[in-house]
Amino acid sequence: MQVFLQQLINGLHLGATYALIALGYTMVYGVLRLINFAHGDIFMLGAYAGLFAAVILGVTQSASWGAVFPVILMAMAICAVVGMAIERFAYRKLRTAPRLNALITAIGVSLFLEYGGQLPPMIRIDGFDFPFGAQTKTFPTGILPPTQITTGTGLSLSAVQVLTFVVTLVLMVGLNAIVRRTRIGVAMRAVSADREAAALMGIPTDRVILFTFALGSALAAAAGVLYALDKPTIDPLMGLYVGLKAFVAAVLGGIGSIPGAMLGGFVLGLTETFVAGYLASSWRDAIAFGILILILIVRPTGILGSSVREKV
Amino acid sequence: MVRKFALLLTGVLAALLVAGCPPPPATQNPSPPPGPGLSGTLVLGHFASLTGNTAMFGESTDKGVKLAAEEISSGNLKVTVHTLDDASQQQQVPLIVNRLISQYSVHALVGEVASSRSIAAAPIADSRQVPMVSPSSTNPDVTVDPRTGKTRPYVFRVCFTDPFQGAVIARFVREHLKLSRAALLVDAKNAYSVGLGKGFRDHFTRIGGTIVAEESYNEGDTDFRSQLTKIGGVKPEVLIVPGYYREAGLIVQQARNLGLGIPVVGGDGWDSPTLTNVGPQYFNDCYFSNHFSPEETRPGVREFVEAYRRKYGEAPNGLAALGYDAVKILADAARRAGSFDRKALRDALENTRGYPGVTGQISIDEQHNAVKSAVIVRVDTSSGATSFPLVTTIAP
Amino acid sequence: MRLVRRLIGGLILLAVLFAINGWGTAMQQAVNSRPDLQSIAFYRQFSIWWPVVLETGRWITLAVSLNLINGLAGQFSLGHAAFAAIGGYAAGAITVFLGPRLCGDATLAAPGAYPPGWNLLFAASLIAGGMVASAVGFLVGLPSLRLRGDYLAIVTLGMGEVVRVVIEHIEPVGGSLGFNGIPLITNFFWVYLVAIATILAVRNIAQSTHGRALLAIREDEVAAEAMGVPLTRYKVLAFVIGSFFAGMAGGLYAHFQGSIQPQAAGFIESIQIVVIVVLGGSGSITGSVLAAIALTLFPEILRSVRPELEQYRMVLYALLLIVLMLVRPQGIFGGRELSLRGLLARVKR
Repeated sequence: MQVFLQQLINGLHLGATYALIALGYTMVYGVLRLINFAHGDIFMLGAYAGLFAAVILGVTQSASWGAVFPVILMAMAICAVVGMAIERFAYRKLRTAPRLNALITAIGVSLFLEYGGQLPPMIRIDGFDFPFGAQTKTFPTGILPPTQITTGTGLSLSAVQVLTFVVTLVLMVGLNAIVRRTRIGVAMRAVSADREAAALMGIPTDRVILFTFALGSALAAAAGVLYALDKPTIDPLMGLYVGLKAFVAAVLGGIGSIPGAMLGGFVLGLTETFVAGYLASSWRDAIAFGILILILIVRPTGILGSSVREKV
Repeated sequence: MVRKFALLLTGVLAALLVAGCPPPPATQNPSPPPGPGLSGTLVLGHFASLTGNTAMFGESTDKGVKLAAEEISSGNLKVTVHTLDDASQQQQVPLIVNRLISQYSVHALVGEVASSRSIAAAPIADSRQVPMVSPSSTNPDVTVDPRTGKTRPYVFRVCFTDPFQGAVIARFVREHLKLSRAALLVDAKNAYSVGLGKGFRDHFTRIGGTIVAEESYNEGDTDFRSQLTKIGGVKPEVLIVPGYYREAGLIVQQARNLGLGIPVVGGDGWDSPTLTNVGPQYFNDCYFSNHFSPEETRPGVREFVEAYRRKYGEAPNGLAALGYDAVKILADAARRAGSFDRKALRDALENTRGYPGVTGQISIDEQHNAVKSAVIVRVDTSSGATSFPLVTTIAP
Repeated sequence: MRLVRRLIGGLILLAVLFAINGWGTAMQQAVNSRPDLQSIAFYRQFSIWWPVVLETGRWITLAVSLNLINGLAGQFSLGHAAFAAIGGYAAGAITVFLGPRLCGDATLAAPGAYPPGWNLLFAASLIAGGMVASAVGFLVGLPSLRLRGDYLAIVTLGMGEVVRVVIEHIEPVGGSLGFNGIPLITNFFWVYLVAIATILAVRNIAQSTHGRALLAIREDEVAAEAMGVPLTRYKVLAFVIGSFFAGMAGGLYAHFQGSIQPQAAGFIESIQIVVIVVLGGSGSITGSVLAAIALTLFPEILRSVRPELEQYRMVLYALLLIVLMLVRPQGIFGGRELSLRGLLARVKR
């Protein structure tokens, strides 16, 4: 029983990461009908941005709860800007182009971030290299106090896991509030429903799309920092598989649907953890892709998605 | 129509003419004449993982290799080393090994550390007839073709093999730590880890221990909590992690976080200063087997450690020491053979007996392996820096 | 009469390939075994560039076979490398496990110069590898019926990764550790025979009624179906044929490197083929061939001139993709072909 509960915690932790990244995929797909391949690499950039923030703010050894929030916020801000830049310079011209072209561009951006990140460093600030170089770097776990919570039944929760759950919850509640209760949220939903009509209604689609990218990237950045605090070795390719799996999560929940992304993330995280724990961990990667193939064949709109009729 | 046909015919004739040209007959022997003081330049090709998941392996080995080349070159015999990076990826190995042979015309190859990559390179060394000396690969399949059971003619190593290393770890756990219930967490993605795990398992069960759990992961994974939770469920007394340092560090951290405070023991794949990068506080009660410790009292070790410190400002680890020995043995073989001819080098390597390396006396046996002692070291982070103090030496 | 002419043409082609192969392999062997030649620039350059020539042929096969699926049929596949990997493993399994029993010991054979018995087995193994890849192509083609554009792309990507993980669990071919010790039978003859066969096959399909059906599907599926084009049959046909040739390319690769790893089925490998097809122009066979040559030669030239620029290769590929999509999405040839007849006609004028 204890093993089961522990695996449950592990699964939820993994699911939180997937959910945060999946939200970005789903929001961008909603407004642009584009699978932003480069989103997983924003997650990676978030981890590096967090490292940069920690170094600049001087909190790498601070061992205090208060120090981690500025780091996360700064990483989110940096990645929001990067996300907006990618939309502006790579994707904007392709809005009217065939979707495949945009997909190819997205793949190009993703490869650019991954392999550009691996180039030898040209600038060095306080020990932070840019570009990052191909070697793995260590994320300073010293930002947080090394707290370990062990309940009576022997369950173990690390400080990072608690932080992850708290931050994910806050961000999801915040996102929900933005999407449902603010004007920009209404604008986002309008653009998702019908971009041309929204433009005709006077909604500044370009700005709304930029905002969407910024929001999605910020969430991915937060996921990146939390992930790096937990698994402190980071490298420029870390976003590849995590990003792909988060995309599967978004499709699983219903691409275009925000609650779907959240749900899909946790479902995938739990499934992966339990299959790895009770069957065999070497099948871990295949699970996510197997789910993808299954879902797209059986129920392409995902768990919470709604079917869209295609007009001929 | 006729024009097309004529064009085609001309093409065919041209091709046949070209095909008929054989390369010129062998000119008379331009390799240096044999003699007492061998002079000339021995060209070595070092293929290593300078970047990627196991970057520290390549870096450390290359440092030892370059130090040896420098020391030898201060005499009559010069040694040039060309180092190419395989980015810790097995599929790059055939490319760069072939490039070292074709583009740089090396007399011999040095590499690799990771057994999987040495195994990928070995058939190429054999088919292109270039001697290859692996400094630190411990899987038996590197020098012995598992399909035919025959020793590979051109492949050698200067370190011990995993059946022995596994037994060393088993003996340490049983006799020093006095524990009998072990859990095994193996990296299914590389030959080294699988082989070392097998070596441990075979010997441990033979000397009265039991394996209570066996789980696996893939090199590059970062989340081992599923496997560790499962292992924790059967309450082992010790955890054996015969993998590489990057995953080993994360495994120790996650194990401690899950409440598993038992000793963790690994193999020479742990040998890297970045092992404890996840945080020094997790590594109490952690040990691993290795080829070499700077604290050893054999003759030659102290001079090597000092020379290494002077050049690089740090103490050498096992990989650097083995890289050093590999190059020095090749130079020694060249001197004994009296030439740089690849076949002659190969024969001389096969006849290496009692060579005094810094990692021990090296004699190459019929399977082209070296028979040597191993050491067990402890991970010590108490002083703020990571060091690996010697615990004990275990002889074959 | 036309048949006789075709046969003669074919025999001449075989003879030419055979001749060039004989020369090249002999040169390679000579350089390998005689250190005195290695100091002569011509021989050293040869031993560097000859493998590049072989690599180019393999990429031509991969690009043209992908073009059938992506360009002609319009089914965007991001998992082509998986077909190649499957072919490689299957072909390798045959030569490794059946070879010693059927053809005797070959440990002394020089790379590319195996006895005829082995070469026959090799040809069979290539075809078998292609067929196994085809079978998987068939399975991939089936779900493609229901998916459009980017969804299909993602599913094929997923398939590629699933193939990788499955291969990692097949112990007899090495599992995660990779499949080693494959005999080095690949040589110029085989590489270019397969490449030319691929080009001819795809060209013949493209210029036939089947090709028109594929184009119709590419342009507008609904309209094509309305005109009576059997979508199922043609989409699956594209995958099956494309994956067959990819499988053979994989077999050539495995017998060139002497080993093959599960990562060869992964997404990163597939992307490299996609870049070539996109650069050359989806739907243009000539484009694929020329782009394959360019993208194989260019990095090699770069590497021999300035080795440190090697690490910029993937970054440049990425930029190439982005810029192409922004500036010239139809690629260099954009669906047009160069033909010998067309060139000669222009010369005559």
